[in-house]
Amino acid sequence: MKSTRKAYGEFLVELGRKDQNVIVFDADLAKATCTDMFKKEFPNRHFDIGISEQDLVGTACGAALSGKTVFASTFAMFLSGRAYEQVRNTAGYSHVNVNLCATHSGLAVGEDGPTHQCIEDISLMRVIPGMTVLSPADDISTKKILSECLNINGPKYIRLGRSDTMDIYSEEDVFEIGKSKTFGNGYNGTIFATGNTLSIALEAKEELAKNNVNVRVVDLYSIKPVDKENIIKCAKETELLVSIEDHSIIGGIGSLVADVLSQYYPKKLIKIGVNDKFGKSGNAKKVYELFGITKENIISKFI
Amino acid sequence: MKNLNKIANELRIDIIDMIYNAKSGHPGGSLSVIDILTVLYHKEMNLSLDSSGNRVDKCILSKGHAAPALYATLASVGILDKDLLKTLRKYDGVLEGHPSIKIPGIDVSSGSLGQGLSIANGMALAKKIDSKEGYVYVILGDGELEEGQVWEALMTTNKYNLDNIIIFVDYNGLQIDGSINDVKKLNDIDKKISSFGLNLLKCNGNNIEELQETIQLAKKSNKPTCIIAKTVKGKGVSFMENEASWHGKSLTDDEYIKAKSELESKI
Repeated sequence: MKSTRKAYGEFLVELGRKDQNVIVFDADLAKATCTDMFKKEFPNRHFDIGISEQDLVGTACGAALSGKTVFASTFAMFLSGRAYEQVRNTAGYSHVNVNLCATHSGLAVGEDGPTHQCIEDISLMRVIPGMTVLSPADDISTKKILSECLNINGPKYIRLGRSDTMDIYSEEDVFEIGKSKTFGNGYNGTIFATGNTLSIALEAKEELAKNNVNVRVVDLYSIKPVDKENIIKCAKETELLVSIEDHSIIGGIGSLVADVLSQYYPKKLIKIGVNDKFGKSGNAKKVYELFGITKENIISKFI
Repeated sequence: MKNLNKIANELRIDIIDMIYNAKSGHPGGSLSVIDILTVLYHKEMNLSLDSSGNRVDKCILSKGHAAPALYATLASVGILDKDLLKTLRKYDGVLEGHPSIKIPGIDVSSGSLGQGLSIANGMALAKKIDSKEGYVYVILGDGELEEGQVWEALMTTNKYNLDNIIIFVDYNGLQIDGSINDVKKLNDIDKKISSFGLNLLKCNGNNIEELQETIQLAKKSNKPTCIIAKTVKGKGVSFMENEASWHGKSLTDDEYIKAKSELESKI
């Protein structure tokens, strides 16, 4: 069990040891985003821009345009929301090779409540031309996906979370950008998930199997580019399609899957997520229950 | 070396030609800033590339609506093909209405106001980290100072003491809706900026000699410098001077003939 933000912090330290060119920017949240791990070991390569997210994105882009390998972090709400236009017009339009690592995404922020629960970032980021959008689900996938980022030119948005996640993957797993991971080969249905909802989908899959409903789970860790082929394959091979995300169902992975389906293999999709509402303060598990982001809700679509 | 005043006047003619030809654009701010660009690109900047392919000196035109001035200047130093100037804002051309990184000589896209100084900070910081020589010049509009991000960025410039940055404020006093002091009460720019810990210098931003002297002073400072360059919006074309209405519109045929003849009489 480890949060993806902590995995990010550990990745940075490891990368920082190997590559002197790596620098990290933060916006007064180094402890929370876990970039303080890098700061501790490389104080001269960590830059705290303060509570100024627009300046954070601009400064990070300037350094990246000058050849540095740049990671910039703050909470998803502020990176994708407050600094949206900087991300769009500077990182996006100038196609800057910068890694924007957003922690504390989604309702899973819990107690801080709606102002800090970013449930729009997938939508906001994937609409920017040339932006790569990634959403790892656990410790290993976070580190492997971040490693992949080093091989892709252009702006990248990496959606990370606050709370601990189950260990799902092993060191043998490969995470190619533009691909997805499929668990099982059931023909009764497909559950599309990403980030925090992958473990929920996998739990639902286990429960359903006990009731002789065999589904597969697809981890859309690469939101943009997305694994179109696998979505179409699952639509062809399985009966019921469900998506589940800690995000608005307007513009999130449900919309993404629906876009692919409508163009290549029209088929009904049931979207689970936040339906045009703001979040709620409280224990993250309780908040998930309120919005139906639960294995029980997935199961109810099949049985 | 060609007389810089003469070059600036030729660039003013290019600007008028470009905007007339494009049937839209921003003449007022292009004419106010052109002397700064002339001094930078024809005198101060080291335009060669370093070993990693980065230009030694960089310039960000944060007030990107003055793109015609930047494009004309880049063409005058041979970075941009002069024939391209005719394609400003045209569907089949490459010269976008605001600077785009796809255009030769443009270090970053700009024009959405308020963003240039942050980017310049990042570039200057990278130079410091890698012990690279060279300056990062960034040109802000005075109205642009109404964007909060500029002040966020000024704190960063000061925090990291980025003395390899030289900021210009093209202080022509006017923005689209009128005077900068009426639209947003942007009074006492110099006090505000110096209170952020920067070395503050002032000069006549339409005077080539003063600009050169002031840049030399800036280079001697061990603090980052902001030069408040007092300019005249529409400088060089009598009927455009100090008229906010010339912020963003093209010229009629008659206005074009008049503007050209005024500028050509100075050659």
